[in-house]
Amino acid sequence: MISIDLIQSTAETLMDKAAIEIPQDYLDGLRATAAVEDGDLSSFVLQAMLENYEAAKEDRRAMCGDTGCPRWYVKMGNEAVVEGGPVALETALRQATANATNGVPLRPNRVHPLWRTDHDNNVGIGAPEIEYGFEPAPPGEGNWIDLTTVHKGGLFGTDYRMLFPSDGIEGIKRFYLDSLVAFGKRGLACQPAIIGIGLGGSKDTCMVLGKRAACLRTVGDRNPDPEIAKLEEEFRELGNSIGMGAMGFVGKSMVIDCHIEVGYCHTGGMQMSVHAFCLSSRRAVARIWADGRVEHRTDPDWFTPYQRRETVGWNEAHREAAE
Amino acid sequence: MSGPRKIALSTTPTPEALAELQLGDVVYLDGTIYTAREGVYMRALEKNANIPMELPAESAANFHCSPAASINEDGSFTLGAVTATASFRFAKWIGPWMERSGAKLIIGKGGMSSADYKRDFVPNGAIYLTTVGYGTGALLGRGVQAVKAVHWNEELGLAQAMWVLECSGMGPFIVASDLQGNCLFERENAKIAPGLAAVYEGTRPAVLKRYGETDDRTDEVI
Repeated sequence: MISIDLIQSTAETLMDKAAIEIPQDYLDGLRATAAVEDGDLSSFVLQAMLENYEAAKEDRRAMCGDTGCPRWYVKMGNEAVVEGGPVALETALRQATANATNGVPLRPNRVHPLWRTDHDNNVGIGAPEIEYGFEPAPPGEGNWIDLTTVHKGGLFGTDYRMLFPSDGIEGIKRFYLDSLVAFGKRGLACQPAIIGIGLGGSKDTCMVLGKRAACLRTVGDRNPDPEIAKLEEEFRELGNSIGMGAMGFVGKSMVIDCHIEVGYCHTGGMQMSVHAFCLSSRRAVARIWADGRVEHRTDPDWFTPYQRRETVGWNEAHREAAE
Repeated sequence: MSGPRKIALSTTPTPEALAELQLGDVVYLDGTIYTAREGVYMRALEKNANIPMELPAESAANFHCSPAASINEDGSFTLGAVTATASFRFAKWIGPWMERSGAKLIIGKGGMSSADYKRDFVPNGAIYLTTVGYGTGALLGRGVQAVKAVHWNEELGLAQAMWVLECSGMGPFIVASDLQGNCLFERENAKIAPGLAAVYEGTRPAVLKRYGETDDRTDEVI
């Protein structure tokens, strides 16, 4: 059984790490971008951001004053048993969110959409979001839970559009560029960012896929479909050729990396969503085992072969084929 | 690389100091600033509440910001990171607010339009400073020496409250409008726009249009 106290204390640590420590993959990506940026103002902005990450770590204060909307991605090994059950788990994650909001501190962003009322702790109706996934494991190796917190910021930089098969790749490119240019002006998307694209599914799952593509994959990671992987690289270069950099100043740093996730959709449609994960790409992950081990990391490793499966069932042969 | 000019500026600046500033200059602030965004504007301007500060004597610097901060049980404050929120949403209040408060520095994210600057900023002798990034929350947090007060937190919540911050060398900020109402972001957009047609080559407009959609790439969403 996985200890509920350990889940809550680990969740609080993750909240702290996500808000303060820039993940290494994004930092390396931004450094590489800064090295080739030649726009005067854009370069100044990127250097200031690099200094900011250092200041945040030294002072143990949040990277950005807008600490986003904390959310949780929970993945369970096939044999996971949580002390107190799923209700206790959700209570622990809500409590950790509230405690860390006052403890780090984070900005208490969450309010009621109509009454604008506020608990000053980032907890409320539907907040924080908690999403679930499950993962196969060999017998005796599946009693674990992965907690990923993402503090996604940004009221801008995300968009959805219903495209159709006749729009094709040209239409996908068009909407991608439209999104980057529209929200890149004045830097509303807080670029350069990890851009996530969702293709297919239905309207809601398309948004979910795109958001997860932006927030749950690391810089340098490629989709296992080689044609999609090529598109990811092409789109990264396309975004960086717009002529725009950080804050919408003249430059060439818009996209640190581009990730595409797909889901089967209605035969007549081709849903598309675009998400920008900002300059403070807040994510932190830990695996908690029933024996009390806690392993921290920054790669959510969400999109496993199982999460992208196309088959009805899942067994060892499927896993080997996917790999 | 030489980079942009760096300038120290008071939060109660003289007209001469403001006249010196050019688009793209980097500014560091000394003095008192206060946060005010839609909550404060609505309460002060629409409900006519008395502003709980002496403005602009105490400060002429209005920050569009909600800090990552908390009020402790003993009444003291913990303030971590500080960054701005997008200012374009406050355009309808900014003119009346400057007349009421005497603000000369509006500090926020992303600037406002040159139309806003010419209509509201120029007559009030005010300029716009944008935060950098976005956002350099930890660097700006370092520039805050003390939280002097928090007003209206009961009425508006911590995120919308009026935080009064004592600052020293707080920055960086970038000058995004000047006393003539010129707009840095629009200047940059104009430089980028001519190259966009080539980037869009090989793309195709969506078969299903959006009502009111435009293909004019000099357009902005604000």
